[in-house]
Amino acid sequence: MINRSIVRTLGFATVLVVGGYVSGSYADETTSEITLASTTSTQNSGLFDYLLPLVKKQTGVEVHVVAVGTGAALKLARNGDADVLMVHHKTSEEKFVSDGYGVKRFDVMYNDFVLVGPDSDPAQVKETATVVEALNKIKTKQAIFLSRGDDSGTNKRELELWEANGSTPKSASGEWYRETGSGMGATLNTVVAMQGYTLSDRATWISYKNKQNMEILFEGDKRLFNQYGVIVVNPEKFPHIKAKSAEIFVNWILSSEGQDAIAGYQLSGEQLFIPNAMN
Amino acid sequence: MNDLWQAFFKAISLVVTFDDKLLEIVFLSLRLSLSAVGIALLIALPLGAVLALTKFPGRRILVIVINVFMGLPPVVVGLFVYLLLSRSGPFGVFGLLFTPTAMIIAQVILVVPIVTAITRQVLEELHLEYDELLRSLDVPWYRKVTALVWDARFSLTTAALAGFGRAISEVGAVMIVGGNIDHLTRVMTTAIALEARKGDLVMALALGLVLLTVALGINLFAYSITETVKRRHQ
Repeated sequence: MINRSIVRTLGFATVLVVGGYVSGSYADETTSEITLASTTSTQNSGLFDYLLPLVKKQTGVEVHVVAVGTGAALKLARNGDADVLMVHHKTSEEKFVSDGYGVKRFDVMYNDFVLVGPDSDPAQVKETATVVEALNKIKTKQAIFLSRGDDSGTNKRELELWEANGSTPKSASGEWYRETGSGMGATLNTVVAMQGYTLSDRATWISYKNKQNMEILFEGDKRLFNQYGVIVVNPEKFPHIKAKSAEIFVNWILSSEGQDAIAGYQLSGEQLFIPNAMN
Repeated sequence: MNDLWQAFFKAISLVVTFDDKLLEIVFLSLRLSLSAVGIALLIALPLGAVLALTKFPGRRILVIVINVFMGLPPVVVGLFVYLLLSRSGPFGVFGLLFTPTAMIIAQVILVVPIVTAITRQVLEELHLEYDELLRSLDVPWYRKVTALVWDARFSLTTAALAGFGRAISEVGAVMIVGGNIDHLTRVMTTAIALEARKGDLVMALALGLVLLTVALGINLFAYSITETVKRRHQ
């Protein structure tokens, strides 16, 4: 007797609560709010805090950024949980489009990756000519190297660089090669604490506030080029995708207004991203 | 040490200047956690009462399961709710992912086991104490339940506060299902995580101190209410 009426009351309450929220959420469909799955590097650098109010003002589109690694962002979009993607691993992005999940991929902007480490530079990577050689020295010396280990764009690039070196350091994982499994900023915190080396995108490095005795020890190799791309998720795959607003956003960021805005974003006197859309 | 002092002063300056962004985040945190605790109480109090006062097959197992669920890792709850609410998931059509509602759902799942377990424990002990008395009075069952719940109201306040503590301090689940979207789903804990990731440890710690202050306020409020009521009954 007790059970039944309590269950009945409970069920009723649940229906009320859930019903209320659901009806509330339907109203949002008409507004021009889109979800952008992007990377921790763009969020941690503060680019979106600067860019999104401009987008809202000039196009009326409100962009909600969910910042995860590139791998996770692509997965989110494959589940239909984002309207637009802005990530940095061209091969994965092109696969995303050719698999039918994206409409078309556009170059947006670029910067580069840098090799960061303690100013004492125990593996002496400063004097090397190429990034592959620099990594080789770290490996020979068995100096501590922190990998993102999270399938992010930076992590993918780092692994490709090791591959170019003819060796994956995964066998040394837990020894001198350490995978943090976290975002760029969190990994940099670990790098500072362990006095190790890591590969970082330049934007996150410049905006990072806990540098202590860490500095850029190697930069400038063309293998360290870091291209960001933007893709609208295919509405034919997911009918709920707000393709119209998403396209307005993409058109803006590829336009001269958007490109100029990206070029104008500076931190401590340095430009963080260089726009390179085709038009 | 220096960083700790800096964090302390930063926290004070954030609070006294009524920093707009901070207020927004604090209010969202409170709104979500209080709603989650409210909904969780609607589920957990009756559930705890049923487990304490009735006998049915499977009751023991349910009690154990709920005790185990008290230790649910928030990240697991976050993933579970993510998969449910994802557009590819069973409730995808409602479009709830990356909304405050999704965060409330995750928090409710985290809070219900704690409140249920404490409610059951408290009412079971009270029931043992008063069983004979209640039976001799021959009152209907609902009078029994309300009498017991009323008698246990102070302990149940503690249960609610424990649930609130779990909800407001949690980061793993709300990060996954909320997405830490600025002005929409960014709460105290996800803001702290974000500042720490930017290497701004002073700001992160300062926000942590503000969170503690907010929790202190809620607890003081609850404490003063129970004390006032207790005094009136003496």
